[in-house]
Amino acid sequence: MFDFSTWIDLPLIWGGLIATAVFLYVFLDGFDLGCGILFPFAPSDQCRNKIMNSIAPFWDGNETWLVLGGGGLFAAFPVAYAVLMPALYMPVILMLIGLIFRGVAFEFRFKTDGRDRRYWDIAFHGGSLLAAFMQGMILGNFVQGVTVEGRSFAGGALDWANGFAVVTGIAVIFGYALLGATWLIMKTDKQTQDWARKAARYVVFFVFIGMVIVSISMPFIDPRISDLWFSVPNIFFLLPIPLCTAIAFIMLWRDLHSARECRPFLLSIALFFLAYLGIGISLFPWIVPFSFTVWDAAAASTSQSLLLVGALVFLPIILIYTAYSYYIFRGKSDEHSHY
Amino acid sequence: MLGLELDAVLLARIQFAFTISFHIVFPAFTIGLASWLAVIEGLYLKTGEKRYEDIYRMWVKIFAVCFGMGVVSGVVMSYQFGTNWSVFSDKTGNVIGPLLGYEVLTAFFLEASFLGIMLFGWGRVSKKMHFVSTVIVAVGTLISAFWILSANSWMQTPQGFEIGDDGLLYPTNWIEIIFNPSFPYRFFHMVVAAYLTTAFVVGGVSAYYLWRGRHQKHARIMFAMAMMMAVFVAPVQLLIGHAHGENTMHYQPVKVAAMEGNWERGGNKPLYLFGIPNEETETTDYGVKVPNGASWVLTGQADGEIPGLKDVAKEDRPPVIWVFWSFRVMVGLGMAMILTGVCAAVLFFRKRLFTSRLFQLWCMAMTPSGFIALLAGWFVTEIGRQPYTAYGVIRTSESISPVAAEQVAISLILFIIVYTLIFGAGSYYILKLIGKGPSVKKDKGAYYGHTMEASVTKKLTTKDS
Repeated sequence: MFDFSTWIDLPLIWGGLIATAVFLYVFLDGFDLGCGILFPFAPSDQCRNKIMNSIAPFWDGNETWLVLGGGGLFAAFPVAYAVLMPALYMPVILMLIGLIFRGVAFEFRFKTDGRDRRYWDIAFHGGSLLAAFMQGMILGNFVQGVTVEGRSFAGGALDWANGFAVVTGIAVIFGYALLGATWLIMKTDKQTQDWARKAARYVVFFVFIGMVIVSISMPFIDPRISDLWFSVPNIFFLLPIPLCTAIAFIMLWRDLHSARECRPFLLSIALFFLAYLGIGISLFPWIVPFSFTVWDAAAASTSQSLLLVGALVFLPIILIYTAYSYYIFRGKSDEHSHY
Repeated sequence: MLGLELDAVLLARIQFAFTISFHIVFPAFTIGLASWLAVIEGLYLKTGEKRYEDIYRMWVKIFAVCFGMGVVSGVVMSYQFGTNWSVFSDKTGNVIGPLLGYEVLTAFFLEASFLGIMLFGWGRVSKKMHFVSTVIVAVGTLISAFWILSANSWMQTPQGFEIGDDGLLYPTNWIEIIFNPSFPYRFFHMVVAAYLTTAFVVGGVSAYYLWRGRHQKHARIMFAMAMMMAVFVAPVQLLIGHAHGENTMHYQPVKVAAMEGNWERGGNKPLYLFGIPNEETETTDYGVKVPNGASWVLTGQADGEIPGLKDVAKEDRPPVIWVFWSFRVMVGLGMAMILTGVCAAVLFFRKRLFTSRLFQLWCMAMTPSGFIALLAGWFVTEIGRQPYTAYGVIRTSESISPVAAEQVAISLILFIIVYTLIFGAGSYYILKLIGKGPSVKKDKGAYYGHTMEASVTKKLTTKDS
């Protein structure tokens, strides 16, 4: 029975790995879901076909990061998984149902020719919208913390339905829409690209408002968060995060009014990363905010060690073949079915 | 609420049973289909025969639909442990968490990424690379089966752990955990079941083509391959299942007692062909039995000792009638599969394999046999594990999440509505694809209108890239 806990801080590493997996999920499936959110607003059916084709080879792999996030949490921090899932019961179930409709819409839409394609268009859009909103609500509830007694959730069945979570839910919808729109600027051309650029200009405004509201609210959630951000010298170390965010917004705004194709997407990812980093720093080291730290919730060190070996061996391989898959499907998306 | 006393444990069990039963149908079919597609594409590369390519292109579409449904229902499963069985997750997370983690790391990403190439990579990668992608997807499905069956088998025959002072389980030996006693049997039994399920679907579909006189050239290849599986693999499954049963008798004797409907431990026990186990009177009523049959099958001797349900207290027994009848459905269908193989062999030597219309009808009727047998088998092993989640270690009633029964009821209703809808649509599209059959023409772009603008855009985009 090997155990690395004597040399390294396993819970900390696992906290970092799960945070990374969740971030990869958020930005990778974020642009998929964003495409779904913008889908019905596209100007023509050909545009919609292009949108669908631009993500069809990737959505499945992207969604797998969500499974890794859930599975990783279960394996590395079982009690966090056991507390958060009942606490977020309905949002999680509704998110899954949204993802079901979104996922099958890909397969079914390609198989239809006539009128019933419209239903799968609705399923694709509705599923993406529902999943995005519920992920935002999960985030909103997560940062507020949940009621815990002993090793179990002890709150009410409707705790998750609160105003702050609704705000984060809407913010995530716009955030994903921005990722989707900038992805489409990169992956499509002509009419679709023009439309995507217009859509991005529109949603970026709401993303900005959403990020401002959430950033202002965060310190009010818990005094520990405000102490962290507004004490000297922390404020000087942390100031670069809002500054970089502001710069990214300005650059993105200018790019969206130019002919640039790739940079808007990269800047949107940067915005997501900075927002995620801000939240991550605020909540460190809680894995269930204000109840369990990563050290409190850690699985047995032998369990974390075993899975760490797997993660260190397989994550680089996964990243390599994921990159290979994106490389194969590089270039602009077209509107024809390929299989 | 509603004037009903809702039982959260029962609802959570029904929800898990429903979502996992729905889910397992798709992986089972895609495990078999992926391997078969790899063989078909290999044959295509080797012989260059167009027929293999047509067959591949037809079934890869069906594969895509099933795989999609398997993925979305599988994501649900990865969260069900937490939403409905959080106490179980907390207690056993140290042990089975890493197994599920390895499944994601070694299988899910592999399948998902190369599936994209398999479906959309035509013309973008070389034929060889495409074949490699198919093989990788097929191997991915098997790796996935390895981990999930290891985790499930550990719940059946747990070992390699100790219980800490805090009531949580701590691993002591990973090899004992991963290769727990029932795992090898369950793994082979399930993989072979998946192969047979696919074989009987392919066999049924090609029998339909032969019967209607359509796609004869393609149908013969598919039918011959399916029947080879029935001839050679169906009997092997009987042997694996038998070995699995002996293993179960050793580690989960009460489950075997429920399968046999046997109440008193002892020798000279009959094999019930029919019967109604009665938990009140602790007897199996209306029995149609083969004398000494159960003793013979399980021990090889007429007076061999068979475990009885009364070996344990009432509250430690599984719901007998479910286990008893699911087992009969599974074995009955398995025998029908073997019989199909025997008939196929006889017809082959009489040179009537592709022409006997009666046999074609029979094979069409057998199309869903694999799915039903597979679900029945899982009912036997999962219900037979009750009243425990981890056999002998954690009871089901102690595993449940602290969520309100109403929440479980609402989510259960949602899942039933959504899954019925999805399953209906999926079946409809699969039947449409089967109705269309292997198309001889290249049908690239056939799904979308070929407008003037579309073809111009197409040309321009190809020039650009």
